[in-house]
Amino acid sequence: MRGSQVGRRFVALCAVLLAGLMVPLPAAAQEDGARPQGATLRIGLQQQIDSLNPFLGYTLASTDIFRSIYPTLTTYRAADFEVEPELAEKWETSPDKLTWTFHIRPGVKWSDGQPVTARDAAYTFNRMMTDPAASTANGNFVENFDTVTAPDEGTLVIRTKTPQATMLAIDAPIVPEHVWSKVTDVASFTNDQMPVVGSGPFVLTDYRPEQDVTLTANPDFWRGPAKVAQVQFIQFKNSDAAVQALRKGDVDVVQKLTPAQFDALAGESDIQQVKGQGRRFFEMILNPGAANSENEPIGTGHPALKDVRVRQAIDHAIDRQALVDRVMGGYAQVGGGYLPPIFGDYHWNPPQPRPFDLAEANRLLDAAGYPRGADGIRHTPQGEPLNFDFVLHGNRSEDIQVGEFVKRWLSELGIGVELQPVSDNQLNDRTTAGAFDMVISGWSANPDPDYVLRLQTCAARPSPSGGGNTDSFLCDQQYDDLYNRQLGEFDKAARVDLVNQAQARFYDQAAGLILFYQNSLEAYRTDRYAGFTMQPAQDGVIVAQQGYWGYYGAEPTEAAVNGTSGTDYSTVAWVLGGVVVLVGVVVALVFVRRRATADTRE
Amino acid sequence: MSDLLATVPDQAPSSAGRRRFARFLGGKVGGGLVSLFLVAVLGFFLFRVIPGDPVRTMTRGAPVTEQQIQVLRERFGLDQPLWKQFLDFLGNLLRGDLGTSYTYSRPVGDLILERIGPTVLLVGTATALAVVLGLWMGSRAAWRHGGAFDKTSTSVALTLWSVPTFWLGLIVLMAFGVGVGPIPGLFPVGGMSSPDTPPEFLPQLLDVAHHLVLPALTMVAVIYAEYLMVMRSSLLEEMGEDYLTTARAKGLREDLVRRRHAVPNALLPTVTLIFLRMGLVVGGAITVETVFSWPGLGLLTFEALRVPDLPLLQGIFIVLAGSVVVMNVLAELLYRVLDPRVRES
Repeated sequence: MRGSQVGRRFVALCAVLLAGLMVPLPAAAQEDGARPQGATLRIGLQQQIDSLNPFLGYTLASTDIFRSIYPTLTTYRAADFEVEPELAEKWETSPDKLTWTFHIRPGVKWSDGQPVTARDAAYTFNRMMTDPAASTANGNFVENFDTVTAPDEGTLVIRTKTPQATMLAIDAPIVPEHVWSKVTDVASFTNDQMPVVGSGPFVLTDYRPEQDVTLTANPDFWRGPAKVAQVQFIQFKNSDAAVQALRKGDVDVVQKLTPAQFDALAGESDIQQVKGQGRRFFEMILNPGAANSENEPIGTGHPALKDVRVRQAIDHAIDRQALVDRVMGGYAQVGGGYLPPIFGDYHWNPPQPRPFDLAEANRLLDAAGYPRGADGIRHTPQGEPLNFDFVLHGNRSEDIQVGEFVKRWLSELGIGVELQPVSDNQLNDRTTAGAFDMVISGWSANPDPDYVLRLQTCAARPSPSGGGNTDSFLCDQQYDDLYNRQLGEFDKAARVDLVNQAQARFYDQAAGLILFYQNSLEAYRTDRYAGFTMQPAQDGVIVAQQGYWGYYGAEPTEAAVNGTSGTDYSTVAWVLGGVVVLVGVVVALVFVRRRATADTRE
Repeated sequence: MSDLLATVPDQAPSSAGRRRFARFLGGKVGGGLVSLFLVAVLGFFLFRVIPGDPVRTMTRGAPVTEQQIQVLRERFGLDQPLWKQFLDFLGNLLRGDLGTSYTYSRPVGDLILERIGPTVLLVGTATALAVVLGLWMGSRAAWRHGGAFDKTSTSVALTLWSVPTFWLGLIVLMAFGVGVGPIPGLFPVGGMSSPDTPPEFLPQLLDVAHHLVLPALTMVAVIYAEYLMVMRSSLLEEMGEDYLTTARAKGLREDLVRRRHAVPNALLPTVTLIFLRMGLVVGGAITVETVFSWPGLGLLTFEALRVPDLPLLQGIFIVLAGSVVVMNVLAELLYRVLDPRVRES
């Protein structure tokens, strides 16, 4: 039958092709005219890029790219997150603290040769203030702006509605007016006309969705060009594959490693592990009596948890060190204050932390009026057994393990815990609706603490129509006062003091228990990179910094500069030629065989 | 049909046949369109059952104000009542507009077009290889059923079929991507092409082929059992038939009896299966695409489900269902070509 013959030949062809592709493609040094001279820094990226439009892009991966290609007024120093001049050389405030004057650095150029002026900055902020679509990603920065003007090319004047201490923490990318004034509809603008006009240390030169992003060093960058010629972010949807790519040398840096993956890289030749401090805190929320912004109770929180003594008792029953050691494999720091230690200035540790002490926990619960019955189970004054649900991210193993530990500890107090692992979406829904007794939460903090501090204020609670962005539903007058005072405090030391007091009050209320601060685990290849500018200098990270220092300060080795990576396609062409010849031989053999068998037919 | 022939007895049979075929085709295509419409309606409501507020998921962890959230809600039309959203959706759909993705802020049609190529390439290649491999092994296994080849090939295929795809993918990735012991890492561990490959056609082609090997291999290993088993059982049914005895009596070699007489008759059930699967090609293989970071529709679906990105999910659902419907219509048409009995009934 002819069909079968064709099928057989097809199988043979496929087999030969496969065999041909199996031949290792030798990596040879080559001079490729199209590729810029110098080293390429290849980063295994595990997060999604949602948009290249700086007014729309939300995700960490997108903002990391914006930091490298667009200027901001100020930036955060690599060593310690101190505010440092960037596009604004210097600035001053008026006596009423409402007018800020920024002096724009002269001589900075966009990558198309046009000068960067105060008018570009004014244009950017005004667009965010007047065009709702342009306020999508960074609108929070201009919320309190009254007017933004550029009286001349070097001066930017911002008037705020109320005094605002966070004016040097405006992280919004500034875009070129001469490009963006032609964009009529920001919401549908993809900003993928390469090269994208910017003025950072790198220029965005190529983007292949879900595959890779290429940034090319900007030779005219005002701090001087970067030491690498290119930065490539290569997408991985599977963190194990990213780790293997590092071991193989297909990428130079990987991030977001799990403790197990990190440990497996120990002792591996040419690989340096980086155990950095994380920006994220891992938190357990005890529903303090959820209510909306109109103070109407919402959700299904257990009434017992409204009692601060019950919440503190639960805190006494949690052994944070055990969680760090046994859940996080040691790759976390024991939690205390609200803001993680990576931002040293604002980090606060309770001077007298509540120790892991089951006896004290039992005493507090007795005093709060939840006595143990004869069966060892605690009961409410109405005689019902004390049971809490604990909502967890079902897809995160650390959540599940923390849940198991907490369940065991609370059972020793005579409290029942029902673990409820749910999807991320369901968890968000239930958290926003206050429909939980206990739930896992966590936020990435910024160098400026304002945003995460605001999550715990009364104003962050949802309005009756939904919305809102509360973390723990805590609504405490004393905390709110401290929060508002720090926002209007321009003296750093005084502000730090107020922020610390707010954290102390938050700790006292025990509505959100900061269990630990996860480490950020990365690794890089030492045969290609001698080092990176870490942020902060002490236990810092390379990827997703508050700035571009990691990539800008990357120091390639001789081997990386001379480019020993890449496939030599003349070799490939030879291999392909061989394959074609082989296929020809096979086809000929099959043909001959068919002729031979024809004799035996009827 | 006989009525029709009776009323116009002197009409040329070819013309009647054409008319009959047109009516048949019209019925099938019309049925397909109705199915597609129902799919669109179902898709709209189905994805709204998924728990989760898209705006909240997107902005979780980002410093946003109440006002920004409101703006997003209005932009996505989520502030409208459900029936209004549904009418807008239907109206846009009739104009060929699948809406705008929440996460990517781009038209859903563009996103799907961008991803459909890689998926068709991967799943299409894998399906083609699996069909060829499965049919060939299945016919061999059935012909000497109970023999050593039958036993080994069937059990190997079934074992691979029951292995979790994700796990198999990781093993393949470790063994052939990274290298274990003496085996060097021969293939890339992820992606569809390297960013540094010269833009000319030949290097690009080779690079994509090089990246394609491991994901395609994984998929073939998992799915070829299906074709093997269907082919095997279908051929087993044919084996007792008289026409094979006749063929043998003519003095034909066993090989020819199998290839020219038994296999063609046993192929019919596999055609149904192949077309059924071809419709699903577009759906991609979420697990394989995830393991090997293959930039296809499967990954897009996965990302869209997490938000949930409703317009994107609806769009993918419609495209997916559409391809199944189209393939089914094609299969029915092909049946008339392959099997005269279907044509006459």
